[in-house]
Amino acid sequence: MSVRKYLVILSMMLFGAGGDALLARGMKQAGAIDIHHILNIFVVLANPYILFGIVSLLIFMWSYMTALSFADLSYVMPATAASYVLMTLLSIFWLHEHVGVERWSGILFIVIGVGLVAGEPHRTGDTPEPEVGVEAAEDRR
Amino acid sequence: MRVLYTWLCIVITVCAATTGDVLLALAMRRIGDLGELRRRRGFLPMLLRVLSSGVLFAGVFFMAIAFFSNLVGLSWADLSVMGPASAALTYITNALAAKFFLKEDVNRRRWLATMFVFCGVLILTHT
Repeated sequence: MSVRKYLVILSMMLFGAGGDALLARGMKQAGAIDIHHILNIFVVLANPYILFGIVSLLIFMWSYMTALSFADLSYVMPATAASYVLMTLLSIFWLHEHVGVERWSGILFIVIGVGLVAGEPHRTGDTPEPEVGVEAAEDRR
Repeated sequence: MRVLYTWLCIVITVCAATTGDVLLALAMRRIGDLGELRRRRGFLPMLLRVLSSGVLFAGVFFMAIAFFSNLVGLSWADLSVMGPASAALTYITNALAAKFFLKEDVNRRRWLATMFVFCGVLILTHT
């Protein structure tokens, strides 16, 4: 797999975790939204943490779609779990939360899972890139 | 009755999230490698190709259903039940769907990876 493809998967992990952490921090600042004042949801959009959180999750979504365009779902899905590991690391170093043995064991499980799938071929199955294949044939002509 | 509704929400969330992911994966597989497409045709044609995929929007629709079903579930159940159940189970149903609907080669190693990730996410979201 090329460096570009690894970067796409890395950006998926980073922006997924970053977006969740930014939203969590922003919502903690904004406080609970009352169901009777649901329009206040637009007010919290002015919070920079929430705004950057949304932008970060949009970048995650684009990276996720790009990753699925060249790799299997069963290859990409375990990789998305790495964002839980990054989230926990962020909560230690940025939000200064305490992380106990139980959560460290959860991180270990995910790291082993992602490590196992990382050595696998990234594309299997029976539909190899139809559009690009046609274009490549046209280019050769 | 509350437990029944909670589990109903978990089932709907997991099924909708899996359907969304499978449709998205199918759409992206049909469109082809976005990097290659951008290199050959340019950014705008690539973007138009992505935005013209009906399967992709069907996937996003199911993802939205999963999101709202999760929200409804959270209003009934504790986060410690709803969070781990819906997040962790989706990894297993996705691996199953990838094998049977997308015909991916989900071998023993990928299953082991999925089980490790399932346990890890279960622990992290429960604590």
